[in-house]
Amino acid sequence: MSNNILTDYRYSAEHEWVDTSGSDGARIGITSVATDALGDIVYVDLPETGAEITAGEVCGEVESTKSVSDLYAPVSGKVTAVNDAVVDDPSLVNNDPYGEGWLFTVEVSSEGPLMSADEYAKTNGVEL
Amino acid sequence: MSNETSGSENSGTGTATSRQTALYTEHEKLGAFFTDFGGWQMPLKYKSELAEHKAVRETAGLFDLSHMGEVRVSGPQAAEFLDYALAGKLSAVKVGRAKYSLLCNEDGGIIDDLITYRRGDNDYLVVPNAGNAPAVAAALAERSAQFDVEVEDQSAETSLIAVQGPESEGILLKLIDSSQHADVTGLKYYAATDVTINTDGGPLDVLLARTGYTGEDGFELYLPNAQAAQLWTALLETGTDAGLTPAGLASRDSLRLEAGMPLYGNELSLETSPYTAGLGPVVALSKEGDFVGRSALEAQKEQGTSRKLVGLTAQGRRAARSHYPVSVDGEVVGEVTSGAPSPTLGHPIAMAYVDVAHSEPGTTVEVDLRGKPEKFDVVKLPFYKRSN
Repeated sequence: MSNNILTDYRYSAEHEWVDTSGSDGARIGITSVATDALGDIVYVDLPETGAEITAGEVCGEVESTKSVSDLYAPVSGKVTAVNDAVVDDPSLVNNDPYGEGWLFTVEVSSEGPLMSADEYAKTNGVEL
Repeated sequence: MSNETSGSENSGTGTATSRQTALYTEHEKLGAFFTDFGGWQMPLKYKSELAEHKAVRETAGLFDLSHMGEVRVSGPQAAEFLDYALAGKLSAVKVGRAKYSLLCNEDGGIIDDLITYRRGDNDYLVVPNAGNAPAVAAALAERSAQFDVEVEDQSAETSLIAVQGPESEGILLKLIDSSQHADVTGLKYYAATDVTINTDGGPLDVLLARTGYTGEDGFELYLPNAQAAQLWTALLETGTDAGLTPAGLASRDSLRLEAGMPLYGNELSLETSPYTAGLGPVVALSKEGDFVGRSALEAQKEQGTSRKLVGLTAQGRRAARSHYPVSVDGEVVGEVTSGAPSPTLGHPIAMAYVDVAHSEPGTTVEVDLRGKPEKFDVVKLPFYKRSN
């Protein structure tokens, strides 16, 4: 697929990516490994702004035409923003999972176990 | 993410034991994602299942359905035999026409739902589902003992390619001599005829049927495996301008669900009564003579059914999936058999068996979506009907 794994993000075993390079806390989305497995995403259920989420716990849902997946929080903290654009148009997650298809941002209090891009790619048998 | 797949078609990638159709390399060339279905490695989708669904509704889709079975039944008693072996009255089908029917066991359970084409007075082609084809061929062979008839399983040698959608007829006409155009344009729904398809590699004789599983106008083309790739390529090259798009089983499933068509393994099984499934009219109790399952089916009809197959549409945006419980006032009254977001309608749809008391269109029920109940309305099937 066209969407390769980004080297400067970190990844959870549940196929979420975490980008802590920005000023707005940690930005979170799902990887191209996840979107390839899911197929066309038609519905996303995200935590609300202000909600406290806990690393490793379910915080939302991603639904495709054929299947549904729980979204696990890769970090703990307070949700500072959700991407309304993907709620309106979930295909953004398929088309640009690491960019416009981001899901929400979190003010991180602690991180769950995260992998480097290298480790994540190796674990899932995909290329960087 | 933890992926919970649902529906019988998304059961992972192909296994070493699953078979490949004659078009496998064509699918690989097109970058298909494969899935194991009915013992076959079939394209699940090529690029986007939503785009493929939309193409069938608006222009046309090209499907490889070679996993389906083909069993030829011929001989002086072919009609009489099929009246005995199947639930429908196949002797009443005119030559050139087709009929949707059921193969039931002695208990009236459904071994398969299938389409039967009458090719001649004493010549029929029975088309079972992929996963059931061996069972159907075996049951027909066993039931044929007392009849002067030959049952020949041609599944392994036969390919089936479908062109479905409003542009289908126009695409086919481009590949057919004008002398045969009237045979195609005049072909009725559930009818079949022999035509010659012109390709760069030479003419191909195919059985062309106006049948399908999508709710759109469309055709199914039967031919020997050796020529399947030639036909596939010719259709794709000729149809691309008209929007013909290769389409996989994911879109086939969402299309048939919108059209309210049952899928064996979801809506139908050995434990399903045709009357519960809304297929009562397919069972010809009025035909003369005995047929397999008759006494059980008569009893089922007499008894009436406690549950009924209904359509459900979601009030919210989350989809129900196969096996999710349906409840009213906290009491379980049924179970979802198929469910998905409807690409055409823009909201989730489902089919479910529910207690007759809650089966009236307009009834509101709840479906347990992984611990969270969501409201659904009972509606009349199909969800989608084409306008022309």
